[in-house]
Amino acid sequence: MKHNKICLWIAVCTALFLWLSVGYCQVPTAPSNVVAKDTPNDDGLSITVTWDVPPEGSGIVGYNILSSMDGSEFNKLGEQLSLEDVIDQKTNICKYVDTSISRVNAYAYIIQAVTETGETTDSQSTATVSASAQVFHTGKIPLFLAMLLFSVAIVGNIYYAKSGKDVFVRRIPGLEAVDEAIGRATEMGRSILYVLGLGGVSNVATIASMTILGQVARRTADYETPLRVPCNDPIVLNVVREMVKTSYLDEGRPDAYSEDNIFFLTESQFAYAAGVDGMMLREKPAAIFLQGTFYAESLILAETGNSIGAIQIAGTDKEAQLPFFIAACDYTLIGEELYAASAYLSREPMLLGSLRGQDWGKLFIFGLIVIGVILELSGINWITTLLENVR
Amino acid sequence: MKRQIPLILCFLFGIVMIFTQFSPHPISKSMYERVISGALIIGPFALVLATITLIQTHVNRIQRRTEHWGYSYVVFAGLITMVAIGVPFGPENPVFVWLYTNVQVPMDATMFSLLAFFIASAAYRAFRARSMEATLLLVTALIVMLGNVPVGDLMWNKIMSWTGLSFFGIENKASAARGWILDNPNLSARRGIILGVSLGVISQSIRIILGIERSYLGGGD
Repeated sequence: MKHNKICLWIAVCTALFLWLSVGYCQVPTAPSNVVAKDTPNDDGLSITVTWDVPPEGSGIVGYNILSSMDGSEFNKLGEQLSLEDVIDQKTNICKYVDTSISRVNAYAYIIQAVTETGETTDSQSTATVSASAQVFHTGKIPLFLAMLLFSVAIVGNIYYAKSGKDVFVRRIPGLEAVDEAIGRATEMGRSILYVLGLGGVSNVATIASMTILGQVARRTADYETPLRVPCNDPIVLNVVREMVKTSYLDEGRPDAYSEDNIFFLTESQFAYAAGVDGMMLREKPAAIFLQGTFYAESLILAETGNSIGAIQIAGTDKEAQLPFFIAACDYTLIGEELYAASAYLSREPMLLGSLRGQDWGKLFIFGLIVIGVILELSGINWITTLLENVR
Repeated sequence: MKRQIPLILCFLFGIVMIFTQFSPHPISKSMYERVISGALIIGPFALVLATITLIQTHVNRIQRRTEHWGYSYVVFAGLITMVAIGVPFGPENPVFVWLYTNVQVPMDATMFSLLAFFIASAAYRAFRARSMEATLLLVTALIVMLGNVPVGDLMWNKIMSWTGLSFFGIENKASAARGWILDNPNLSARRGIILGVSLGVISQSIRIILGIERSYLGGGD
C-alpha cells in the first residue's frame, strides 16, 4: 500500500515537472515571411529585412539577426534586438536595416527568435540580395514636380513680362520709403547705416539684402550721402565692396565711393550688435536699413536705432524676429517682400515677371489648402497621405 | 566676359546642387560635399582680407582721433593677445580657454541680457491701446503672458472663485487660452509667412541660377 502511494507521488511529480518544463522552456515559433531586399531610395549601403510580428503569447522577447556574405557561414550581427526595436508601428511589421554591408557583395539573412529563457528558433534563410544605389529618390517625386511647376510658372511669367505686357505689383510701403529715408539723411547731412545681418553669402536673404543695398548705393552715389556698411561675414564684406563700388561707377560717381565705409566688424553675434549699436550712438545716422538674416540681436539694434530717432526700414526672413522689427522700426518688409525688393526698386520687367510667377505659386498653395481641408472634412485624405509620404 | 564666366558657373552649379537634393546616389552625395568644402576653403582667405580691413579701420580711427578713438587700442590689445596665445598653442590652451570663458562669454551674455530691457520698451510702444488693432494686440499679449507664468492660472482660478462665474468652469484656463492662441491664430500666421518666404527664396534662386538677377556679381561686362 505504502509502495503504491510512493509510486503515485513519483508519477504525479514527474507529470508536473514535465508539464512545467514544456511550458517554461517553450520553443518559440520561427519568424515567418522573412524577406530581405535592397533598401529603396538610398546610396546602396543598406539592406532591409522584414518579417511578421509574432502572435500574442508566443513568448518571443527579441530577435538575433544572422547574416551570410557571399554564401559564407551565418554570423550574428550586433546585440540581441528587443521587440520594441524591430516593430514598425506604422506598418505593423518587424523591420531591421543592415547598414554594415558593401555594394559588391550579396547577403542572406536568418532571423532568430528568442524567448525569455533564451530558447531560440531560426527562420528560413532569405534569398541572397545585393544593394545598389538609386539615382533618383522616388519619395521626392511630388516635391520635384512642385518645384518644376513653380519654376515653369516663374519662367513663363518672366517671358510674359519680357514681351512688354504690363505687370501689376502691389504697393510695398517699406520699399516706397527707401527714397524718403535717403532723402532725409541727405537733407540732414548725416550718414545712412546699412546692416546686412548675420547671414553668410550662401544665405538667400543676404543676397536679397545685397541687391537692395545695390539700389540704395545708386541713390546715395547721386546724393553724395555717406553709406556705412558694417559686415559680419568676411566673404559678404568683399562681395558688398564690389557691389557698392559698381553702383557708384554706374552712377558716374567713382570719386564719391569710399572703401573705408564698408568694413568688417566681427563674426561674433553680440559683439557685432555692440559694435553696430556703438556706431548708431556715435554717428547718429539719419536712416538705418536692417535687411537680411537676424536673430536675437534684432531688437537690440532696432531699439537703439529707434532711440536716436533714425528712420528705420527692416526686413528679414526669420519670422520670429518680425514682431520686434514691427514694434521698433518705421517700415518692415514681411516675408517674401524682402525677395521682391530688387524687382520693385529696379522695375526691370524680367524681375517683375518673376514676382507674378511667385504669386501664382501662392495661389496654387492656397487652392491646395482649401481643397485639402474640404477633402479632409469629407473623410477623403489622399492629399494628407501624399504629403505625409514626401521625404 | 568678366560676368559671363561667373554666370555660367552659377547656372551649372545651381542645377547640379538642385539635382543632388533629389538623388541619394553616392556620386551625387560626394559632389555635394565637394562643393560645400570648396565654399569653406574661400572662408579663410576672406577672413585675412576682413582682418586687414578691421586693422585699417582702427588705425584710421587712431590717426584721425575720431570720437572714442582710445577704444581702438582695446581692439588691438584683444586681437594681439588672442592671436599670440591661440596660434602657437592652439584653441585648447588653458589661457586661451580662460580668456574665452571669462572675458568673451560674459560680455556676450551682458549684451544678450540687455534684450530684456529692450523688449520692455518695445512692448510698451507696441501695446499702447491707440487703435482697435493695438488693443487687440494688448489683450492677446496679456493672455499669453498670464498663461506663460504659473501665477496666471492661480489668478484666473481666484478671480473665477471670487466672481462666482463658474460657467467659465474648468481651472487653469489662462494657460489653456495661451495654448490656443499660440497653436491656432499665431501658428497659422507664422506658416503663412513661412510659405511666402519659401516661395520668395525659390523665386530668387531661380532668378540667380538663370542669370536674371545678377546685381550680386558686382561690375564689369
